[in-house]
Amino acid sequence: MANITKTNRRDFLKIAATATGGLFIGFYWSGCDSPKMQVLSTEEILSKATDFNSFLSITPDGDIVIYSPNPELGQNIKTSFPMVVAEELDADWSRVRVLQANLDTEKYERQLTGGSGAMPHSWERLRKAGATARHLLISAAATRLEVDRNSLTTEKGIIYHKDSGKKLGYGEVVLDAAQLEAPDEVIFKDPKDFKIIGTPVKNVDNEDIFTGKPLFGLDFYREGMLHAMVQRPPFGMKIKSVDDASARAIPGIQDVIVYDNNVAIVGNSTWPLMKAKRRLNVSYEPDGKVESSFDHDRIFKELLDSKDARAMREDGDVDTAFKNAAKIVTSEYQCPFLSHSPMEPMNFFAHVKEDQVELIGPTQTPDSARVQTANLLGIPKENISVEITRLGGGFGRRLRADYVLEAVEISKRMNAPVKVTWSREDDMTGGAYRPAVRYRFSAALDEAGNMIGYKLRGVGMNAGNSVRQDNFPSGAVENVLIENVNYASSITTNAWRAPITNFLAYAEQSFLDEVALEAQKDPVQFRLELLEKAKTSPVGSVNYDVDRMIGVIKDAAEKSNWGKDGNVKQGFSVYFSHRSYVAQVANIEMENNQPVLKKIIASTDCGIVVNPTGANHQVRGGIVDGMGHAMYGNLTFENGLPKQKNFDSYRLIRMKEVPEVEVHYLDSGFDPTGLGEPALPPTGGAIANAIFAATGRRLRSQPFVEQKEFSDINLEIKRG
Amino acid sequence: MANYNLRINEKNYEVDVEDDTPLLWVLRDHLGLVGTKYSCGIAQCGACTVHINGEATFSCTLPISSVGNDKVTTIEGLSEKGDHPVQKAWNEIDVAQCGYCQAGQIMNAASFLKKNPKPTLEEIDNAMNRNLCRCGTYHKIREAVALAAKTK
Repeated sequence: MANITKTNRRDFLKIAATATGGLFIGFYWSGCDSPKMQVLSTEEILSKATDFNSFLSITPDGDIVIYSPNPELGQNIKTSFPMVVAEELDADWSRVRVLQANLDTEKYERQLTGGSGAMPHSWERLRKAGATARHLLISAAATRLEVDRNSLTTEKGIIYHKDSGKKLGYGEVVLDAAQLEAPDEVIFKDPKDFKIIGTPVKNVDNEDIFTGKPLFGLDFYREGMLHAMVQRPPFGMKIKSVDDASARAIPGIQDVIVYDNNVAIVGNSTWPLMKAKRRLNVSYEPDGKVESSFDHDRIFKELLDSKDARAMREDGDVDTAFKNAAKIVTSEYQCPFLSHSPMEPMNFFAHVKEDQVELIGPTQTPDSARVQTANLLGIPKENISVEITRLGGGFGRRLRADYVLEAVEISKRMNAPVKVTWSREDDMTGGAYRPAVRYRFSAALDEAGNMIGYKLRGVGMNAGNSVRQDNFPSGAVENVLIENVNYASSITTNAWRAPITNFLAYAEQSFLDEVALEAQKDPVQFRLELLEKAKTSPVGSVNYDVDRMIGVIKDAAEKSNWGKDGNVKQGFSVYFSHRSYVAQVANIEMENNQPVLKKIIASTDCGIVVNPTGANHQVRGGIVDGMGHAMYGNLTFENGLPKQKNFDSYRLIRMKEVPEVEVHYLDSGFDPTGLGEPALPPTGGAIANAIFAATGRRLRSQPFVEQKEFSDINLEIKRG
Repeated sequence: MANYNLRINEKNYEVDVEDDTPLLWVLRDHLGLVGTKYSCGIAQCGACTVHINGEATFSCTLPISSVGNDKVTTIEGLSEKGDHPVQKAWNEIDVAQCGYCQAGQIMNAASFLKKNPKPTLEEIDNAMNRNLCRCGTYHKIREAVALAAKTK
């Protein structure tokens, strides 16, 4: 059903004709005084072209340029955002060119990559931008042809008047359209008429990626630019002394700067820096807590019994429920620190001039980088420009601006343009990690196997809140107590793809499997019964849509042929995060009495699927990521330093360790929600539950391959 | 510093660098050929894969002094118009997520298929196991190699 949307509520369009001809529509995201269009001169367009946060332009030849505002790190936003604009514009996709927009939050509002939030945030605005342009082009054509605008239709960039057989290309009417006022309302397409959305549109950067064009931050070079690498202190340490004599002796080294506990080496190319860094002699002394993984294990055990736990959710009366329970199940789950380790290590270019700063590089939060730079230098943020390159992965690491500020600091001190490059070892040892966490779960069952009480206590490290108290099974259990304890670690931590839930989901979904077993219920049926309760008599607030969760559970059970083939040992898991619902089933087949992980089946409800190729990438990639880290990922600390410093000791999943992944989507018709994260959280649980089904071994800690329960399980991974 | 004459992508280059400079950094910092990526620097991830006389080689640990007269091919020189069968297959299958590792993947696949034009899926997995992809595009990499083998 097509719907009518007001155009002038918060956004307005800025339209301009150029001397060479063409229609530029810049759509502003936040409050502006005038809803009217303004015609800009060519000079203004040219002078402001890079300042437009996002706009589409149409040339008299019918070529269309769409700017994409958000940092692209593999989530495919640079393709899917323009698809939405082009859909409502009724553009010919083959005539669309997509360009990355620079930072301009006045026009854009939200220009960051994180939390799987871009598509839900911008869906309506993108549609509006396309629909408004289409409306104006039709109006211009109606005047030109002297017909009623309602008698005109559009298809692939052409306006048709069926009665007379006349047609006009968008390019032919752009100049006229540029003179018109933006309409108060536009009509959106009925989703069933979508021609671009829902089709597998290819990544717009494919050609550049596959031919090695400079796209990434590390690929940025400028004549006269200096290179820098930084030696950072172990966590909880400060510099005691620096001997840089032999580092300085390396040809190509220009300077060694000590600042804020960092030692920066500056030179004219990367390799001399790498060599010089190895020759630096820096000794450190404690400056607070100097931690090892061994300490963390002890701290977790202590704090799980702490009296200072903070109650995050209390429903009913858990004490009474547990007192009256026929059976109580209690388990603890723990995960290690993880490095983000995007394939492109941290890097950034900065040129600090007198009162202007130019920043270029890979960041998930360009605005935060700009604001922090402004604060560091004491200059207005308006004096700082940020050019966003493609990101060679992010996974949350590039939400922080630490590496941007290093480039700024060194550029300022050297009075020159500087690119800071982190080696892989720098990247792994100077991270802002997924913190280790330990959970204790308890469930109280009555005689009939109903879960009448549920307790969860999480101990996190710099995690803030290590639990998600309103997630399932909250809402489905009468008596609930969910608590959090936070430990302040000296190790830097930060969001890591699907923060908190990347491990919490595994722990919860494995624990629910344990409870179902004790209740002598089928794991799928057990969850469905709980959800029935959440639907008919919810307890407290429920932050998930019960029907959508039931939807993915039933679909995954059906598609995986759940419980119907005795030779297939299955593990179930379902999770709601970042506004999307994903259920997964892991299939282990027994071959010669050995377990073989063959397949993971996923059912996803993320509303309308904008680009099936992109969605498949995110679901399969999220599953591979979730599996890899559950199986192998482990970063351990010794005296404030990670023991694993590169991919020889920090194990990432490889080609031969990936099972078949089958993906399904529920056509729920809801507006689209993000997919960068939601497919990852359920994976560990599905695999662990399948391993239990196949071997009777319950894995309660990650990484699996390092657990003693796993030591004699010879799990093979095979694709058909 | 020493002077090196290199044959890269069928062109001659001349650089003045230290003997131990890895080919990777000569390509990136000195010759502007940035398609070959740095990621681990210790021959573990394959992002830096180039061809040395057609053989897939990690350029991050290959000192320039040992390149000699060998023919170097980088992603920029794999084909003139980006239409090598492997590149075409990578586009057809739409392999990339972030894209950072893909040049190395393509170079490895191209060299592998030259030696083994009709590989089994298992052989593809074995050959591609030396290249890491942090985004997890492994399914598509496998599909693309299989497609390139078929359409060659």
